[in-house]
Amino acid sequence: MVFALMGCQEPINSPHPSGAALGKTLFSSFSERPKHLDPARAYSSNEIELIGQIYEPPLQYHFTKRPYELEPLTLTAMPHLTLLDKQGRVLAPNAPAEQVAQSVYELQLRDDIRYQPHPAFVSAMHSVALRTVEGLADFPERASRTVTAADYVHQIKRLADPRVSSPIYGLMRETILGLGELGDRLAVRQQKGEPIHLEAESLAGAVAVDARTLRITLKGRYPQFIYWLAMPFFAPIPPEVERFYARPGMVEKNLSLDWQPVGSGPFFLAENDPNRVMRLVRNPNYHLEFYPGRPDLRLPLIDQAVYSLEKEDIPYWGKFLQGYYDSSGIASDTFDQAIRVAPDGTPELSAEMQGRHLQLVTALRPSLWYVGFNDLDPVLGGRGNAARKLRQALSIALDWEEFISIFLNGRGIPAQGPIPPGIFGHREGAAGLNPVTHIWQQGRLQRRSLADAKQLLAEAGWPQGRHAQTGAPLVLYLDTMAGGADAKARLDWYRKQFAKLGVQLVVRATDYNRFQDKMLKGSAQIFEWGWNADYPDPENFLFLLYGPNRKAGLNGENAANYQSAEFDRLFVQMKDMQNGPARQAVIDQMRALVQHDAPWAFAYVSKSYALRHGWMAPRTPNLMANNTLKYTDLDPTARVAYQQKWNRPALWPLFAGLAGAGLLVTVAWRAWRRREAAQT
Amino acid sequence: MITYLIRRLAYALPILLGVNLLTFALFFGVSSPDDMARLHLGGKRITAEAVERWKVQHGYDLPHFYNPAGEGVAKVTQTLFVQKSLKLFALDFGAADDGRDIGREIGKRMWPSLVVALPTFVLGLGAYLAIALFLVFFRNTAIDTVGVILLVALMSISGLFYVIGGQVLLAKWWQWVPISGYAPGLSGLHFLVLPVLIGMVSGIGDSTRFYRALFLEEAGHDYVRTAHAKGLSPFRVLFRHILGNAAIPILTGVVVVIPRLFLGSLILESFFGIPGLGSYTIDAIQAQDFAIVRAMVFLGSLLYILGLTLTDLSYAWVDPRVRLQ
Repeated sequence: MVFALMGCQEPINSPHPSGAALGKTLFSSFSERPKHLDPARAYSSNEIELIGQIYEPPLQYHFTKRPYELEPLTLTAMPHLTLLDKQGRVLAPNAPAEQVAQSVYELQLRDDIRYQPHPAFVSAMHSVALRTVEGLADFPERASRTVTAADYVHQIKRLADPRVSSPIYGLMRETILGLGELGDRLAVRQQKGEPIHLEAESLAGAVAVDARTLRITLKGRYPQFIYWLAMPFFAPIPPEVERFYARPGMVEKNLSLDWQPVGSGPFFLAENDPNRVMRLVRNPNYHLEFYPGRPDLRLPLIDQAVYSLEKEDIPYWGKFLQGYYDSSGIASDTFDQAIRVAPDGTPELSAEMQGRHLQLVTALRPSLWYVGFNDLDPVLGGRGNAARKLRQALSIALDWEEFISIFLNGRGIPAQGPIPPGIFGHREGAAGLNPVTHIWQQGRLQRRSLADAKQLLAEAGWPQGRHAQTGAPLVLYLDTMAGGADAKARLDWYRKQFAKLGVQLVVRATDYNRFQDKMLKGSAQIFEWGWNADYPDPENFLFLLYGPNRKAGLNGENAANYQSAEFDRLFVQMKDMQNGPARQAVIDQMRALVQHDAPWAFAYVSKSYALRHGWMAPRTPNLMANNTLKYTDLDPTARVAYQQKWNRPALWPLFAGLAGAGLLVTVAWRAWRRREAAQT
Repeated sequence: MITYLIRRLAYALPILLGVNLLTFALFFGVSSPDDMARLHLGGKRITAEAVERWKVQHGYDLPHFYNPAGEGVAKVTQTLFVQKSLKLFALDFGAADDGRDIGREIGKRMWPSLVVALPTFVLGLGAYLAIALFLVFFRNTAIDTVGVILLVALMSISGLFYVIGGQVLLAKWWQWVPISGYAPGLSGLHFLVLPVLIGMVSGIGDSTRFYRALFLEEAGHDYVRTAHAKGLSPFRVLFRHILGNAAIPILTGVVVVIPRLFLGSLILESFFGIPGLGSYTIDAIQAQDFAIVRAMVFLGSLLYILGLTLTDLSYAWVDPRVRLQ
């Protein structure tokens, strides 16, 4: 072992196969196995992160432009939109929404988009005995073909297939012409036990005009649909792949589209063992694409990406510091080791991390956290003055600046409204502040004083947290899924915030199911909630407060069940508008309205902190794009050099252990001899 | 012997049925099919229709125990309990709620569990017996006293501490082995060193004390004193007489564990990234995948019963006085 320790060129503690670090391979990890890899089903971030590299929807987010901007991916140009009225007459692009009967998107496909090599594209593959097949490797031949418009149509039909259970079917059946009817027909077929052949089904809302032209027709007007075209839900699926996986015995061997994706993206899934490792390999058929502004850098820039299962933070962080993972997030436990906060409040790398030549990459997430007040609640809800002032008082008392400092290590900013930074409609600085909770003082946000909150509380009829007439204490209830020791500090913090006003807070911790149940019934009073942007449009945040979208009874995403006729009217007006001053003006009105009504205590926008080793090419994070792996680049030679430098096994414990064992043997031997001597 | 085995098998059936019923009741007591559907479909934009479709697709639209809409035996067979639980008796585990075949997954995952658990078990047992014999050999000396104090100290430390401490010491500071990971075949041997070592060390305290107590009890018997009086060497008395006669209680603890080695260890597998069965059940509970939970609970019960039966058989094999009827 000593010789092995001393003579080995590659560090003996390397978790990677011999020589792997020398290749242009990214080493990363995943903590939870993805449930679905079918682009019609996958919606969780860990699923999208993987299939975003495999499948290609028609559009993508420009990698470097901010604010986020869509660009063609598999198209020759951006989709052409035509608005039609009920008689089928073409309307002007700015026609009022009520006149628009249909929106027709015409998409012109590139002719060089080809699928990854896969046995499904081999025409004469029936000779393979399926009984003996254990994986795709048992199919000796591979082939490919060009992506056609019919493949996109097939995928859109799959959204309505009851066997697939797509999470966006509910939304899309209200959007794409004929999709609901198709879904109903297929459901009946399934109930009757009849076979389902999607290719034989017609769908008025998705038509392949020719091999390169796709036409999608929507009911009415839905400008945000264009963003859905940048998600894997709208990636092409070749029907022959479905037929390939539908053969008897394939699903039982986990050979299905949900497990073995087939796409035209920059990578294909070469190894899928989600219990251990998932490996993406460069697609040899990937079309010509370059890094933005760099015609010398053809994408993808790496050959492979290996994702290993790491359920725990400690081993993951340890391996990152040893150089065996190329990048890492920063857990709370390791924050102090990795980051120090400069006197001006800006985060920077600690001396130890600087010594390792790490890069710190930060970005505000397109997400929002808030504490919701149920609008249906008799104490806190409704448009009455008393309830509003009570909500406003609580919004002031909840000191999110303190929360961010204590629980997020400063990784966030206090939210001022329903739209986070980076999304059109957000206002920076004094223009965007929430006048209910903050004031602008000396060029910075300042939370209003507790005296203001107490004043509002008294005006609401609860002076000092007691009922003005009866003197009964005000007791409020926080419904949460958080429980256990980890959440205790946070829940105590909530109690403390309410106690500052003399209000008693009772935490009703429950499990996920009961919590969801309460939210669906509208019986929760105060709750924590958050939203990650699906797409960078203010509609994707403001719809969370739209009355007809309320959760109680209607199963929508308006978790606070906020209902305001004025807000709803403005929302309908805003959602169909183009970004510009007019839309901004409407959004400003909506923001002012919800700040005043305070159905949410706007909590914070979290900041993502990531560390990258020095051998990684610097990149600005793009938190909207799903397909960013192709832009990743690294220097494997530098990586190997650092790995060797950082991983030199210590030999002294071995010698110390041997000496200890020798000592024990000696002591035992002497004891034995002593006892023998005593007996004789 | 055959009669005995048949009777044990007959006893096993109601036990397994009871376990199934209990698992079913507990699971559906805290989780309705609607909850399961919502969790599987994701947290966003889930419509009531999508929930219904998921339930139909996965067979959770049936009543729990009695289906009034069914005809004849279908009133009982077309229920969640029969469709989801009773098929297990034919070892038909079916598909997980995410569509993966459970039997195949178990077949795949049990080997990594075994690859870690078997050497941990064999090497650990050898080490515990050796240390216990060593302490008994030096009983009533300072070596024994110091050894027992150390064992009590080792017993008092949490298993998680061994895992994290081992990773920090051997993998992070001394850099002898990878911190975590797994690879099949011989190329993955270096991944096994640390989990096996930690598995062994974490069991030293209680197991060695248990075996030491057994040996001390045997050492106090008359036949041992007689053996010493006859002039047999202390080594011969220790290994031949004391170890041999302590074999039955050792077997009690050991044989019952053997079939369950396939099920692996939750903590070790989670911290070392070993793709075994240990974390399969916990992952399934978190994901509210009832199909996996019932399969794993059933398998655990089955293996436990198998272990008990094997223990009985081993009694008869080791001690000729025991007869199974």
